[in-house]
Amino acid sequence: MELVNPGLGLIFWMTLAFGIVFFILKKFAWPPIIQALKDREKHIEEALHAADRAHEEMKKLKLDNEQLLKEAKEERDLIMSDARKMRDKMLEEARLKASDEADRIVENAKERIQNERMAAMVDIKNEIGTIALEVAEKILREKMKSTEAQKTYIDKLLDEANIK
Amino acid sequence: MANRTGFQIPRFFRYLIFALLAFGFTEVIANEQHDHEPTMIDSETQHELEKAEMNAGEIIIGHIVDAYEWHIADYGHTHISVPLPVILYDEGKWHFFMSSKFHHGKEAYEGFQIAAKGANKGKIVRVLDDGSEIKPIDLSITKNAFALFISSTIVVLIFMSVAKSYRKRTRHAPKGLQSILEPIIVFIRDEVARTSIGEKHYEKFLPYLLTVFFFIFINNLLGLIPIFPLGANITGNLAVTGVLAMFTFVITTISGNKNYYAHIFNTPGVPWWLKIPVPLMPIIELVGVFTKPFVLMVRLFANITAGHIIILGFISLIFVFGQASLYAGYGMSIISISLSIFINFLELLVAFIQAYVFTLLSAIYFGMAVEEHH
Repeated sequence: MELVNPGLGLIFWMTLAFGIVFFILKKFAWPPIIQALKDREKHIEEALHAADRAHEEMKKLKLDNEQLLKEAKEERDLIMSDARKMRDKMLEEARLKASDEADRIVENAKERIQNERMAAMVDIKNEIGTIALEVAEKILREKMKSTEAQKTYIDKLLDEANIK
Repeated sequence: MANRTGFQIPRFFRYLIFALLAFGFTEVIANEQHDHEPTMIDSETQHELEKAEMNAGEIIIGHIVDAYEWHIADYGHTHISVPLPVILYDEGKWHFFMSSKFHHGKEAYEGFQIAAKGANKGKIVRVLDDGSEIKPIDLSITKNAFALFISSTIVVLIFMSVAKSYRKRTRHAPKGLQSILEPIIVFIRDEVARTSIGEKHYEKFLPYLLTVFFFIFINNLLGLIPIFPLGANITGNLAVTGVLAMFTFVITTISGNKNYYAHIFNTPGVPWWLKIPVPLMPIIELVGVFTKPFVLMVRLFANITAGHIIILGFISLIFVFGQASLYAGYGMSIISISLSIFINFLELLVAFIQAYVFTLLSAIYFGMAVEEHH
């Protein structure tokens, strides 16, 4: 029967055609396709793993972050309290210094006032002395205007000196 | 003629409706038809009709088997066909000529002719004076060989382009043709090669399995497209399926390891008296080695040929009925076309399944050949 009587020519051409197709595809088409598929699968798998790892890392990082934050907070508190202390100390010191200064200024002022006062007192004393001398001179001049009086006084003085 | 065009469509529908209604009464209509031309009914036309009905089988087989020319259509009494080169080697001489020299098988050329009947029916033979036929070595580019070259080119072009896009777009999602074929490639690799052959050896056989799968699948699909230069019944030809099975057989035989051959010639787990003195088991196993590719060959051939026969049968039914009565032909055409559409869809499925089965069985044979002793 014709249907089940394969032609020799067709067997020959089929062997040739399929052989060539097989050869070409095996040499040029399948390797890049299979390799690309493998690469992509590997890539995807790696990417998934990487994502997992990233997730883990993220978790760790978050934990770390929290730890860090806690530490930072503690440190901040510490720094703050230190700063507060420092501030208080500085304020205290400043106050002390200021009060010292003030004391010193007051002292100085007092001293200066004292000095001024002394100087003024000396001046006043001198002035009073001068004035007293002037007054005494004037009085004496008035008193010793007459020769009589002068004589009397000299006598008196002589008496007193017992030279007589 | 001019007003016929105006009537054509309604009349066509009227025929259809009428034919549908009258489908159960084909004989009545047929008689009516005969009544219209009573003078024409003589023994000759009756004979013609009978001959035409009987020829449906011949026509179907004619569409399925290989041919020296590519017949496209008949217009009136003119055959429209593409001549193909004939290459013969006979008595130390090569003969090259186009198949049109045979005038559609009616004439002889250089002493050769296409046998109309007998054992060599449809093949080129040289008829001797005493009437006996001599078959020359026939390497003609027949219809199937020609279609084979076209489909092979298509297969190569498809996969070269796909390979190119893989090379160009590494690590990217597939695109276009690549994305259509990738699931199938992955399916063959993971579900056929890997599971049947095993992780260790499957990569060695993967190129062959992929080639054979797509070669069969694409040829199956192209065989369903009834437009020149497609539609040749390539995978429904024993020569083609036989060569494919041969490849599988040769690869299996070459890659067979010690364990595989031990299994054939000294089957383990079998009582000794089945091997000596009469080597019953080895004979059975050895026959099995050859039946495997034989089965591959016949299965693919038979499945694809059967599908084509069914479709052609439905189409032929239109003309067989049409011969009896024009109305019956129109009526039958509805049923025939719907059924052939259904069968065509089925054939699409079969195209995949048969390619898959061939590849799977090849993979299983390879798996047996390289299986490690356990």
